[in-house]
Amino acid sequence: MSAPHLGPAARPASRLAYARRTLSAFGTGLFKAFNANKTSWVGLGIFLTVCLLAILAPWIAPYDPIDQSILFRLKPPSEAHWFGTDYYGRDTLSRILYGAQISLTIGLLAIGLALVVGTTIGMIAGYYGGALDVILMQIMDVLLAFPSLILGLFIVAMLGPSIENLIVAISVTAIPQFARIARAPTIAVKEREFVEAGRALGFSNRRLLAGHILPNILPEVMVMGSLYLATAIRVEASLAFIGLGVSPPTPTWGGMIREGFENILDSFWLAVFPSIAILIVVFSLNLLGDGLRDAIDPRLKGEE
Amino acid sequence: MTAFILKRLGFACVTLFGVLTVVFFIVRVLPGDPALIILGDQASQASIESLRARLGLDQPMIVQYFEFLGGVIVGDWGNSLVSGRPVIDEVLNVLPATIELTLVSLVIGTVLGIPLGIWSALRRNKFTDYVIRITSLLGLSLPAFVSGILLLIAFAIQLRWFPVISSGRGTTFADRASDLALPAINLGLIMAAYITRVARSAMLEVLNQDYVRTAEAKGLAFAVIVWRHCLRNALIPVVTVVGLYLGYLIGNSVLTEIVFNRPGLGKLIVGALNQRDYTMLQGMMVIYTLIVVLVNLVTDLVYGLIDPRIKYQ
Amino acid sequence: MRVLTVDDLTVSFRSERRWVQVINGVSFHIDSGETVAVVGESGSGKSVTALSIMRLLQKNVSRLSGRITLGDTELTGLSDQAMRDVRGADIGMIFQEPMTSLNPVLTAGFQVTEALRRHRGLSRGDARREALRLFDLVRIPDAARRFDQHPHTFSGGQRQRVMIAMAMACRPKLLIADEPTTALDVTIQAQILSLIADLQKEIGMAVMFITHDMGVVAEIADRVVVMLKGDKVEEGPVADVFAAPREPYTRMLLASVPRLGALGDTLTPRRFADLSAEAAAVDAAPAPPPQEPDKRGAPILTVDALTTRFAVRGGVLGRMVGKVHAVENVSFTVREGETLALVGESGCGKSTTGRSLLRLIEPASGAIRFEGRDVMAATPAEMRTVRRRMQMIFQDPFGSLNPRKTVGASIREPIMVHGLGSAAEAEARVADLLQRAGLTPEHALRFPHEFSGGQRQRVVIARGLALNPSLLVADESVSALDASVKAQVVNLLLDLQRDLGLAFVFISHDIAVVERISHRVAVMYLGEIVEIGPRASVLTSPRHPYTQKLIEAVPIADPAERQARKGLMTDEIRSAVRPLDYEPEPRRMIEVAPEHFVMEH
Repeated sequence: MSAPHLGPAARPASRLAYARRTLSAFGTGLFKAFNANKTSWVGLGIFLTVCLLAILAPWIAPYDPIDQSILFRLKPPSEAHWFGTDYYGRDTLSRILYGAQISLTIGLLAIGLALVVGTTIGMIAGYYGGALDVILMQIMDVLLAFPSLILGLFIVAMLGPSIENLIVAISVTAIPQFARIARAPTIAVKEREFVEAGRALGFSNRRLLAGHILPNILPEVMVMGSLYLATAIRVEASLAFIGLGVSPPTPTWGGMIREGFENILDSFWLAVFPSIAILIVVFSLNLLGDGLRDAIDPRLKGEE
Repeated sequence: MTAFILKRLGFACVTLFGVLTVVFFIVRVLPGDPALIILGDQASQASIESLRARLGLDQPMIVQYFEFLGGVIVGDWGNSLVSGRPVIDEVLNVLPATIELTLVSLVIGTVLGIPLGIWSALRRNKFTDYVIRITSLLGLSLPAFVSGILLLIAFAIQLRWFPVISSGRGTTFADRASDLALPAINLGLIMAAYITRVARSAMLEVLNQDYVRTAEAKGLAFAVIVWRHCLRNALIPVVTVVGLYLGYLIGNSVLTEIVFNRPGLGKLIVGALNQRDYTMLQGMMVIYTLIVVLVNLVTDLVYGLIDPRIKYQ
Repeated sequence: MRVLTVDDLTVSFRSERRWVQVINGVSFHIDSGETVAVVGESGSGKSVTALSIMRLLQKNVSRLSGRITLGDTELTGLSDQAMRDVRGADIGMIFQEPMTSLNPVLTAGFQVTEALRRHRGLSRGDARREALRLFDLVRIPDAARRFDQHPHTFSGGQRQRVMIAMAMACRPKLLIADEPTTALDVTIQAQILSLIADLQKEIGMAVMFITHDMGVVAEIADRVVVMLKGDKVEEGPVADVFAAPREPYTRMLLASVPRLGALGDTLTPRRFADLSAEAAAVDAAPAPPPQEPDKRGAPILTVDALTTRFAVRGGVLGRMVGKVHAVENVSFTVREGETLALVGESGCGKSTTGRSLLRLIEPASGAIRFEGRDVMAATPAEMRTVRRRMQMIFQDPFGSLNPRKTVGASIREPIMVHGLGSAAEAEARVADLLQRAGLTPEHALRFPHEFSGGQRQRVVIARGLALNPSLLVADESVSALDASVKAQVVNLLLDLQRDLGLAFVFISHDIAVVERISHRVAVMYLGEIVEIGPRASVLTSPRHPYTQKLIEAVPIADPAERQARKGLMTDEIRSAVRPLDYEPEPRRMIEVAPEHFVMEH
């Protein structure tokens, strides 16, 4: 053990080899996380299918989603209109397909924004601690004190309903959640000796945060991201149901349910089909996130 | 323990103060003149000016801010722009209905959720566990208005067991109960779904603790171990989460009240939205904040009661 | 009389759909009044054996065959209900982690009465009286008041006493103690060991004592069962096994255990004997390894009156209510190529001292001079240079490497950050460092979890060397390792010191290892250095009462030197929390022998 055996075999590894190794380890890790709980695969499959249908809506939707037709008002499901038609004679199936675009766009962008902003805040608060932590988290707690629907409702009511404003409003409700989620593991990882070792090796705080802490908390943040995407889609639909969605005639699921609800006594299917659409998307994301969370949990607690 | 309570009380005041400030500035600073929002684009300059004066918007921001804070403290929340009545009266008028709905739902959620979660944890990876997990996941995937509409279609429209519109003002207990039944079941089931999941994971974690092994090494019966050694420890995270979800429950009560056409804060807020009654809206934010801060405070206190480690801090 | 018979015990665990056998047909027995130590390193199956006897293994993931008999009862054949009547009544058990083994929401007293009421059917009042008597028996001070308090108000040693009271409550025939002192400080360990021995004499029970520490074995056991990877490799009376181990593994295990006092009054460290199994297989006793040459140079680190304090906050507003005097007026020097050991028990400030040297924790006052630089006054740029020349190696080989980076990337990063070479040069350096640390260049592409604990610590050492330091601060760097691995890493450190002229500040609670590796020793107590001097002088003729107590408590891995324990101590390690206005009175160090200083007391 004591004598170093330098020989011809001592060829240093290339940077490319490192990159390949790290990437493949990441891939295997992800694959393993999915495999740990088969339901995550099911969730992912359903969610990707919905995304695909939303993207393909212009090609696969049987009718134009905003074309009105007085002749075909409030028709129950039939061969021509699988999911029936609404009060203006618009095809429900087509509107659901286009509505998916709105739901997914708002949800993904809002959560993307919240993830970046919230994680940054949470990591900074957790890493630096002290007064900065207290102030940042107190602000987050103030935002968190509002029920997210009420806060979103308030912001949209003040800003006016448009896609951009909905994205901002929903991401504001999610930012404190991400800050909290990112802060806890940041504190845990900060206490681990490899971060202290990094400081002893003269690494800058930025390098430690971005290069060492972030990769270790990212899985947890991403998993929560998928769960909050489900919440965001639900909040968007709820706002639209209250009347604070993207303005008509643009089809939104929440808005469709609202219209269906107004005709609930005679044409209940109007409310039922978009409800099922929301349920499917939200459930698939919950399946995905929940399964992954189970898989990453022990690794975060114990050792890899 | 006293220090702990005082500390929590202090935090609650800070939060309350922060939220009031946020509400104030959202209303004043965000693009869009409230007067313009209230009156619409077509309003004349003169009518906008007069409304601004009536609302005190012509005064310096800092004056408005302190008047707002002072008003909140003494219970002067302004008058509704639509009915002209004091906001606080309108709010207090419907508050009992919302509190009734929320509390009954919370009870339903707890009574169903905790035993189901614990049962699920004890039968981990068995069929029961699987069914409970999928069902609860489904439960928390349903937006409250969707589940409300489905309940309405099934039990009020098709089966006619309950009224389609619940007045919330029935005088007899039976009336009130039948009004409350569907909305409370709707919210309660969603709450149960959340609590089930938390209780399950809390229980699973507790079952893995060293002190459970110690209790087993003492020869205690399994039921005793679960009841005496695990339950109270598992309740600690459940209480925290129930407190957090109460905010969610209040949000959902808005949707539920709309679907079941039941008077309450939810109907009030949507009415205020539609009629651009912004003093009312501002008052609603204050009352929601008060409720949430109060709930958090109670959660912390319950937490202190369950966990002896808090007491000695 | 035979109390416990384990006959051909085989245990398998299910792991990812496969059954993996972890105990392979182990047999042994314990007589009444006898203490049998089951010894082995991690993964030997010693704890699994204990849990099998208690039938506490998780049912659906474990499979068990063989016979376990307690007295006349065959435990393996009992129903679950009948087994519960045995647990806690006929067999008591104490566990390794006193901090987590008691239920936090129930009072300590209640947890003891539970067993009494369950098995002896005592009324509430009787159980309380009996439990109070047990509290006195295990020497919990102020028992009547402590009885109704919750576990988090107890120290680790006191919690272990509560655990013992619980296990003894029904006067069991057999006590199983699973590493009961591993998590405790050495003086507390001594108290607990003598308490167990005392109670055993009183009750006449049999004790199965599971440990990895040969020193503890020598101290307490009548017979020894040595386990390796699920097999029993050797069994015999403790004196025989220590004097003439038959199996190569036992021999290696004993060779890797440092014996306090083995170095006599030499000046320099000494390597451990070659520990490979082949060498141990040779029957002739291996020649003792030579003493390291004395190659010490000029002082490179001078610490003067270093003080580090932490605020203790409390009350409603989080005001500062006191201070932890973690490091108080500490002064020492380290010479080139020299090892100074900082020893002491938990909370004595040795780790804080180490971190303060690199200003990972900001000291309150004092002077640190390192290679001619004033560290306390260093600019950020100078501090980078300081941290290049002074490196730190931490305790936990699992925690000190980023789990998401290959070890090669971890070693390369500091080289790149400090601009010490091109990318290609850095790669070559990584390969060279890995070899120096006893690994191969191919290891660069692996992730930390693909290594064993000892290998990981080698990687950490390689990374520490990447910046060409002149001083390594090693904070409990070998404490988490198995004895044989520990010895190898100590040898590696000594090689590096000899080849590179490195100086070490070696922080450790393990005095036997310290003796092997150090030139000089500093003993810390409550934040202060109470005694400092040449190793031989401090360890063989300690002058400060605390040093004397500490060294007396170290178990010696030689049953012939088993000390008759004197009296039963119950004193706790004191806390260094002081009121805000507290200023310690300056105390002088008195030179009692050449270079050997003792704080006046």
